[in-house]
Amino acid sequence: MARMKFLCDSDRCIECNACVTACKNENEVPWGINRRRVITLNDGKPGERSISMACMHCTDAPCAAVCPVSCFYTTADAIVLHDKDLCIGCGYCFYACPFGAPQFPKVGNFGGRGKMDKCTYCAAGPEQDNSAAEYAQYGANRIAEGKLPLCAEMCSTKALLAGDGDIIASIYKERVQTRGYGAGAWGWRTAYRETVDA
Amino acid sequence: MRRALLALGLALPLLAGTAMAQAQQQAPQSAETAQAVPNGAPTAQQQSQDRGPGPDKGAPEVQAPVPESQSAGENRQQQAPTSTATQQPTGTPTAPQPEVAPVPVSPIPAPPPVSERAQPSAEEQELEAALKGQHIQGRISIPNQSASLLVQPQGRDWRAFRNQTLFWTGAIAVLGMAAVIALFYLIRGRVRLEAGFSGRTMLRFGFIERVVHWMTASTFIVLALSGLNLTFGRHLIRPLIGDQPFTDLTHYGKIAHNFLAFPFTLGIVLMFLFWVKGNIPNKLDLVWLRQFGGMVGSGNPPSQQFNAGQKVIFWVTVLGGGLVALSGYLLLFPFTVAGVNGLQWSHMLHGTLSMLMIAVMLGHIYIGTLGIEGSFSAMGSGRVDYNWAREHHSLWVDDELRKAHDSVRPEAAARPAGAD
Repeated sequence: MARMKFLCDSDRCIECNACVTACKNENEVPWGINRRRVITLNDGKPGERSISMACMHCTDAPCAAVCPVSCFYTTADAIVLHDKDLCIGCGYCFYACPFGAPQFPKVGNFGGRGKMDKCTYCAAGPEQDNSAAEYAQYGANRIAEGKLPLCAEMCSTKALLAGDGDIIASIYKERVQTRGYGAGAWGWRTAYRETVDA
Repeated sequence: MRRALLALGLALPLLAGTAMAQAQQQAPQSAETAQAVPNGAPTAQQQSQDRGPGPDKGAPEVQAPVPESQSAGENRQQQAPTSTATQQPTGTPTAPQPEVAPVPVSPIPAPPPVSERAQPSAEEQELEAALKGQHIQGRISIPNQSASLLVQPQGRDWRAFRNQTLFWTGAIAVLGMAAVIALFYLIRGRVRLEAGFSGRTMLRFGFIERVVHWMTASTFIVLALSGLNLTFGRHLIRPLIGDQPFTDLTHYGKIAHNFLAFPFTLGIVLMFLFWVKGNIPNKLDLVWLRQFGGMVGSGNPPSQQFNAGQKVIFWVTVLGGGLVALSGYLLLFPFTVAGVNGLQWSHMLHGTLSMLMIAVMLGHIYIGTLGIEGSFSAMGSGRVDYNWAREHHSLWVDDELRKAHDSVRPEAAARPAGAD
């Protein structure tokens, strides 16, 4: 099976936020929750670059390691998913996640964390594939339809790549070799303990 | 002079001998090439480049006064315009249509050298952040500003704390204390009243004091159990009862934990106000501690309302409980005061102190029930046996008797001797 990863080519990202919008629309993510976001480093200064960031579906995922109710699981494609029926909204995964991927809807009292929500790599959750129940809880299951995540599919500059790690890494390397520069793959060292060297 | 500087600038990265330096050498060339002649043959341009940094060569000279910019990893985009701008007037053979028009009216000035050009790659920045304990943050255009954190490597440290440090601290503290208590019970047994029960009792804790004590104690037990469940439950309970029941248990535990935090805190504050007067350490405590409070060996050192051991319990409860409550509220209201790193620290403080407090409270529970005969009724009915009070709090008994005496004859002290 493939080892699914995200790769954001920050030399191409133009911070159009279309990936954010596409994700929210495709998955009908509630208000206040952004499974994907675009962060601009060195804004307005030389070396400015934007990176689209979501759950990186880490190898040895920290969220899964710290979850007190063990609600996380990894699919055959190495996509890190969680079962919202088991999640208690404690926020531990958010403390552990290096990328701030876990999001919590505000419900109930105090800090009011509801059940955690995060990028599913458009692979939804443990419910029956493409069922209404699955869609309501997790959003679209494009992987089950043989499609890649929508954020990457519709990226206008093809900055955001999704797919098998080896393939997207080779695409990126080819780009770097062709154009002669590349800032590297954001998050790869942290998420996958590896780097993309051109 | 310029050439010397340039040579220095070029030599430094080469001396470093890293692949990075190699890439930097290559990159400006290819970027320049692409700018100069998009469709040109690469070899020809390489040669033109290789003719070396002559006095007419624009880019390197502009760069030369700032040798450190040569070590820039990501400065190709900025460099490229520089080179084309300065190349055009000189009419380099590779430039397109070199003979076109006399020199542009005003040459575009080279962008000023900027130190920020030296941008390490994503991987290097991540590694640097991880090693320095910093995080990588930028600007974000969605309302949730806390999402502008791109990478926070501290999550890994927190994970290690939660999965290893806290687990073992808790296991050793709680089980260790339980073992110590069991061992103590086996060796010393129950500390009996030496004089037996007298049958006469005296009031030790009033109704309000007992209510507050038990409010704090009962909430503490629920808070402790629901907290321990977060650390140990997935290893101990989940395999026994299954996923869904364990989630339900933990979910209600979390709700109880959140709500009972408030009566617990109230109890801590009230107990502090009730008992702080009797819990100021003094010299008697040293005597008491030297004799291990009579728990080891025989004989009971004199003690006022609270002995040194009880004072320790008091301060552990007030200070430890206070800090646990404070860090708990930070966790209860995420992002109101603390960001994600603040929350991690709060949790580390909360978890560690809680584990230690649970261990101390196990000792407190043992001493108050099984450990010392006659002590439970102090918090039960509020009254203790006169002999118990004599043996464990002799000075307190004297104080109480004097007070009782004074209440009967309030003017005794004021009356002159031999007046009646």
